[in-house]
Amino acid sequence: MPLVDIRNVSKSYGSARVLDGVSLEVNEGEIVTIIGKSGSGKSTLLRCINALERIDGGEILVEGRSVRTDMPKLREFRQRVGIVFQAFNLFPHLTVERNITLAPVLNKRITRGQGRALALDVLERVGLADKIDAYPAQLSGGQQQRVAIARCLAMGPHLMLFDEVTSALDPELVGEVLKVMEDMARQGMTMVLVTHEMGFARTVASKIVFMHRGRVREEGPPAELFANPRTPELRSFIASVR
Amino acid sequence: MQSLNFQQIWRYQDHLIDGTLHTLLLTLAAALIGTAIGLAGAAAVRSGPRPVRWTIRGYIELIRNTPSLIQLFIVFFVLPNFGLRLNSFEAAAIALGLYFGAYSIEIIRAGLDSIPGSQMEAGQCLGLTRWQVFRHVVLPPALRNVYPAFTGQFVLLLLGTSLASQISAEELFHAGGFIESRTYRSFEVYAVICGIYFALVMAFKLLFAAVGRLAFRWPVGR
Amino acid sequence: MRTFVLADLLSLFIALQWTVALVIIALGFGGPLALVLALMRTSGRRALRWTAAAILQVVQGVPLLGLLMFFYFGMPVFLGVEMAPLVAVGIAMTVYTASFLGDIWRGGIEAVKHEQWEAAACLGLSTWHQFLYVVAPQAFRMALPPTVGFLVQLIKGTSLASVVGFVELARAGQIASAATFQPLLVYSIVAAIYFALCLPLTLWARSLEARLNAAR
Repeated sequence: MPLVDIRNVSKSYGSARVLDGVSLEVNEGEIVTIIGKSGSGKSTLLRCINALERIDGGEILVEGRSVRTDMPKLREFRQRVGIVFQAFNLFPHLTVERNITLAPVLNKRITRGQGRALALDVLERVGLADKIDAYPAQLSGGQQQRVAIARCLAMGPHLMLFDEVTSALDPELVGEVLKVMEDMARQGMTMVLVTHEMGFARTVASKIVFMHRGRVREEGPPAELFANPRTPELRSFIASVR
Repeated sequence: MQSLNFQQIWRYQDHLIDGTLHTLLLTLAAALIGTAIGLAGAAAVRSGPRPVRWTIRGYIELIRNTPSLIQLFIVFFVLPNFGLRLNSFEAAAIALGLYFGAYSIEIIRAGLDSIPGSQMEAGQCLGLTRWQVFRHVVLPPALRNVYPAFTGQFVLLLLGTSLASQISAEELFHAGGFIESRTYRSFEVYAVICGIYFALVMAFKLLFAAVGRLAFRWPVGR
Repeated sequence: MRTFVLADLLSLFIALQWTVALVIIALGFGGPLALVLALMRTSGRRALRWTAAAILQVVQGVPLLGLLMFFYFGMPVFLGVEMAPLVAVGIAMTVYTASFLGDIWRGGIEAVKHEQWEAAACLGLSTWHQFLYVVAPQAFRMALPPTVGFLVQLIKGTSLASVVGFVELARAGQIASAATFQPLLVYSIVAAIYFALCLPLTLWARSLEARLNAAR
């Protein structure tokens, strides 16, 4: 059974069809990278997996359960699916430690002491243990994004979603975030990401999905897909990002 | 030109102290009423049904576009016609509370609106409940954002309580009028009264600045 | 006791003229003073800056009612001169207007980036011309919405002149109310007149504000 099973999903904003019969499977341990022009529906698809967006048709199964915005135990579900955003979305009034431990302390009933240990553990995995007492505004963009990743990791997710997580960063800060994501991939985390970093897609992804106008036009292993694009849309997309 | 004589005024210092206390009491009473209106009104404007939202908008515009003095007269002279017996202090507290409430709704609503939806989304994605998101994610930065406007409005309320003297509520100007009638030292009396207001305003400004520094310690930017 | 008649309504509208007159006096004298205060407050000379800051701080730390009482009752006694009510009330409203508008306009001037002064200086303009042709037009745009907003405060504020017996709209309302014993009717009409005067300004200020925010 795939970890994520997207079956013929469609979604519209008014008369604009942003997802048009999308089907996609993500197996445990896979790194699936969704590429495509802006407006192709890739970010919307990602947000649907986490029930941030309602779907109009079709079905999304995660760990065998149907994902809907009104599903039972939505909060427990979201604790198992981490999502990292383009704009970091750290809480400005909380230290790095409190950003990470807010949800575990409130909902998993761990103590503050256990929380600090947990925060240190996940911060070490993103290489920022020394920033545990800093506030978000005191960190660079790359550091903030790594803290956002650590905040998700603290929930013990089974699946991580990344929505253009390097797009808001200065070029020199992109590398440190990608490196953290590579480490996570090596450790076997199942990941679905939307990105414009073609180098990362090529080297780390186990599967590339090319979306165009709300549909999945091509999917396959990166080497194959980049070497032999079958549709003119993918061909021109590859040419445009080179 | 007359020579200054503050000596005579100081003989009435008990009246001045009493007036100051009543001014403070009136300010706090109106601020409490107004803040309660502000919280309830802001919540209703953000998520209430349409008729409720329109009613609140009407109330805000009505208060903001008419003088406080007239509002005070209406509450004081008109409410008794409906069987509501109010002494002048109660009437002033209600009228000024309604006034402060109208501004509070706008300030609090703007504060809540200043928190981007992406912050709430991030809270949801960590599995927080709606209440937890509001309490831990939205409220602290929203409070910080409204703090300057809210405390500024509080100072204007403090100054505005002087109007209560016009319905004979005991406060500083009421005391001032009494002292003036006994001493005929108009210049000194109103200089002292204004001086007391100024001291109160400065004290509150310093207090608010200190509280703000303690309560909102996280750095901003980016 | 008698009923509220047309003559009472007429007396309210006659008194309204004095409300408008007070607003014009306050703006006519307070406006130029406000500009002086705003320029002092943003000037390079520390002494000027501090003097202006102190004046703004003091006037804004005192109730408008206090200013009125002080200039109406206090000043004539102290100076030993007769002062016409209009003069005393006019001075109080002028001082009030100068301090609040001065603060608003200071905000407008400060909102113009420092580079704009420098750029104008690099073109060889005098300091006054830098202000007049480069900074002031931009500051005006920024300060216009709160200035219109203050106008509403000022119109409402003139009602306090009634306290010293100056017969403007609020005072005329008190007189009519006392004569007819119909406070609800009279004060509702008075409130409606103020409302009709203030609401368009409030809406205008809001649309100016929205336009400014959209342009940023």
